[in-house]
Amino acid sequence: MSGTFGNPEVIQEEVDILLIGGGMACCGAAYEIQRWADAAKAEHGVDLKIKLVDKAAMDRSGAVAQGLSAINTYIGPEQDPADYARMVSNDLMGITRDDLAYDLGRHVDESVHLFEEWGLPIWKLDENGERHDGAQGMTPLKDGGKPVRSGKWQIMINGESYKWIVAEAAKKVLGSDRIQERIFIVKLVNDKNDPNRIAGAVGFSTRDHKVVVYKAKAILLAAGGCVNLFRPRSVGEGQGRAWYPVWNAGSTYTMAAEAGAELTMMENRFVPARFKDGYGPVGAWFLLFKAQAANANGEVYMQKNKEMLNDYPPYGQAAVPASCLRNHLMLKEMKEGRGPIYMDTVTALAKLKETLTPREVKHLEAEAWEDFLDMCVGQCGIWVGENIEPEKKNSELMPTEPYLLGSHSGCCGIWTSGPDDVGAPTTEALPGAPAHLPQGWSWGYRGMTTVKGLFTAGDGVGASGHKFSSGSHAEGRMAAKSMVKYCVDNKDMKVELDTPAEQLVEEIYKPVRNFLEHKDYTTAIDVNPNYITPKMLQFRLQKIMDEYVAGVATYYTTNDKMLAVAEEKLGMLKEDAEKMRAKDLHELLRAWENYHRILTAEAHMKHIQFREESRYPGFYYRMDKNFVDEQNWKCFVNSVYDKTTKQWTCFKRAHVDLVDKSKLFKPAAH
Amino acid sequence: MPTYVRTDKCDGCKGQDKTACMYICPHDLMKLDKDGSETGHAMRAFNQEPEQCWECYSCVKICPQQAIEARHYADIVPLGGSVQPLRGTDSIMWTIKFRNGTLKRFKFPIRTTPEGSIDPYGNKPTATMANITKTGFFNQENGYRAGNPAELIRK
Repeated sequence: MSGTFGNPEVIQEEVDILLIGGGMACCGAAYEIQRWADAAKAEHGVDLKIKLVDKAAMDRSGAVAQGLSAINTYIGPEQDPADYARMVSNDLMGITRDDLAYDLGRHVDESVHLFEEWGLPIWKLDENGERHDGAQGMTPLKDGGKPVRSGKWQIMINGESYKWIVAEAAKKVLGSDRIQERIFIVKLVNDKNDPNRIAGAVGFSTRDHKVVVYKAKAILLAAGGCVNLFRPRSVGEGQGRAWYPVWNAGSTYTMAAEAGAELTMMENRFVPARFKDGYGPVGAWFLLFKAQAANANGEVYMQKNKEMLNDYPPYGQAAVPASCLRNHLMLKEMKEGRGPIYMDTVTALAKLKETLTPREVKHLEAEAWEDFLDMCVGQCGIWVGENIEPEKKNSELMPTEPYLLGSHSGCCGIWTSGPDDVGAPTTEALPGAPAHLPQGWSWGYRGMTTVKGLFTAGDGVGASGHKFSSGSHAEGRMAAKSMVKYCVDNKDMKVELDTPAEQLVEEIYKPVRNFLEHKDYTTAIDVNPNYITPKMLQFRLQKIMDEYVAGVATYYTTNDKMLAVAEEKLGMLKEDAEKMRAKDLHELLRAWENYHRILTAEAHMKHIQFREESRYPGFYYRMDKNFVDEQNWKCFVNSVYDKTTKQWTCFKRAHVDLVDKSKLFKPAAH
Repeated sequence: MPTYVRTDKCDGCKGQDKTACMYICPHDLMKLDKDGSETGHAMRAFNQEPEQCWECYSCVKICPQQAIEARHYADIVPLGGSVQPLRGTDSIMWTIKFRNGTLKRFKFPIRTTPEGSIDPYGNKPTATMANITKTGFFNQENGYRAGNPAELIRK
């Protein structure tokens, strides 16, 4: 029987392992998992049923959908995973889990080498130091080929089809029977007999009138970060041009929180300084083309304002200061009226041309355009519309609206079990964590959250960061191994959903019910006292976050009083989310995405409120506590959400260094 | 730069239930107007929520009729420019037209192997359960970086 709008067909399925998401992390998991599942079958007779669900199409889903011009995490044989863990830590102002970063650092290159084998073109340097694109058939990285570094950790690629290639490998391993696209999972379900165990997940098809109810022993939740929870700088058509993918709706954080998983560092955010409006990448311009950013008077603010870095020891004193501090120096120029800020592309290209042949100059121009075309075509759109040729006219830079993520230069996410062989703490040194939560940083299964059977990777893993595309893939692979082990260890366990399927279906289809019940009350479909459109709900969320929780409207500032106002307004918004309407399946998708955004935003607000300092100057400032307080706040802020009372509990966990950070810093100037 | 569909080129993917652009859009934006009731153009696809378009160009690149193009975000960008790709199996060709008429063309590689040729486990080893709690993956591609143990100061 096929369903109709308002009366969906209910499909129930039982699997052992459910992969939620189709981005780099789940593609990594899909690739790795079958070999271990085969071993489990051969050695233990356990035949694992595995399924992947994606709300989009794997060929172009996730943050790498459009492509990338670089792989931002490649360690290479010449660097140590400890160097990588140090860099991650400093960029995130000292509070990261070295165990997670270190573990990622030792594994990540394995994935990069596979990408190259599968057909991803990776730029190479020849023996004369000249750059070649990745189609030249030069020595692969795994055999000692030299990549083109656009930074200490980044390598350049021709990455238009990066995701297409990675998805092909994942799809081939799983096969089409075990992949379900256009299924949006909106809620996880706990176990009836153990509220701290995962038992399944529910969602719906965005194509057919179907609700799916999955029972699963282990779930990998890797559905990206959170975008458009703040009012974006462009509010017309341009609001789609988010820096991170507009379809990242905080689903990972919200679903994990509602299932009882402990979150970490949700106060962290990323405010990338990018080319204005198009949000094109700046990395290659700074690092490969050696361009400088300057205020409207041509003054290089990183030089002019460098004394400001000394206000934040030791993080300001690293060879590469933390990303937020670079914003901090830029914002001073903007606030004091010396904008616009420009990337001086004209000088940079002119300088490079002095030493290049005409053939090399032509190649350089192509490289500059490819940097955008591979991953941010929209920026080219702005350049052509405004007649900007980078060798003739400089481009504006601007810090964006805030984003929440755990795989790029941000570290919010879920508290995740790490490796047990790198010296991580096994006890908790600070009081305050609820008693049911594990002690230490490793509680058995690598990549598992504090909810038994619930794993995460990529943007989901908090307190690490700088994994990017390759690291997310590798992290998914690590989680895949652990999930197989978990299922083998629990092969006789039966999970049971704590909520009847009919009730779950009703919850999911509530926005549809709201619409059908009330639509004829008014003549204008969008204006109705009985429901709110997902779009208006999103505008309200964005307005609250922008004006009270340190968005662009206040130059990223807030205080305890403003946060209290935000808390009240978000509370009412959360109540009104119950009244969202969905006039079709597309709007049902938007309704649930925006519900996920609201809870993620609330977590962000609660964490900023709890952390009584300003840990990330340049990303946000609590003006009532406008300092970094190493004494009291060099610790993790973690939280759990009670889905019954709808309340958050925030608490501290102790931070410990597993690698020596002092190597990063030069002595303070004052 | 929301995408738009040209009425003179779109054929609704020849009456199939779902069009290529609907299949690929990561944000569920493309929709087939079967009877023309939504756009006045029956059996043509359209972008149902242009203000949510990331300009990822997935629909532009996949359209078998090259019926999809992009018009720069009207709230940001002056009119007149265009950025149009032609994606092949091993490379992509971009034609870039500036508002002032300047034209540029670029061609970049996208893939060094034939599409569909990946043999994921090919000549790779199988896994054994004895290794499942150890570090590393089932296969070693010369990329595992063991690290200097002295760097781990608490171990």
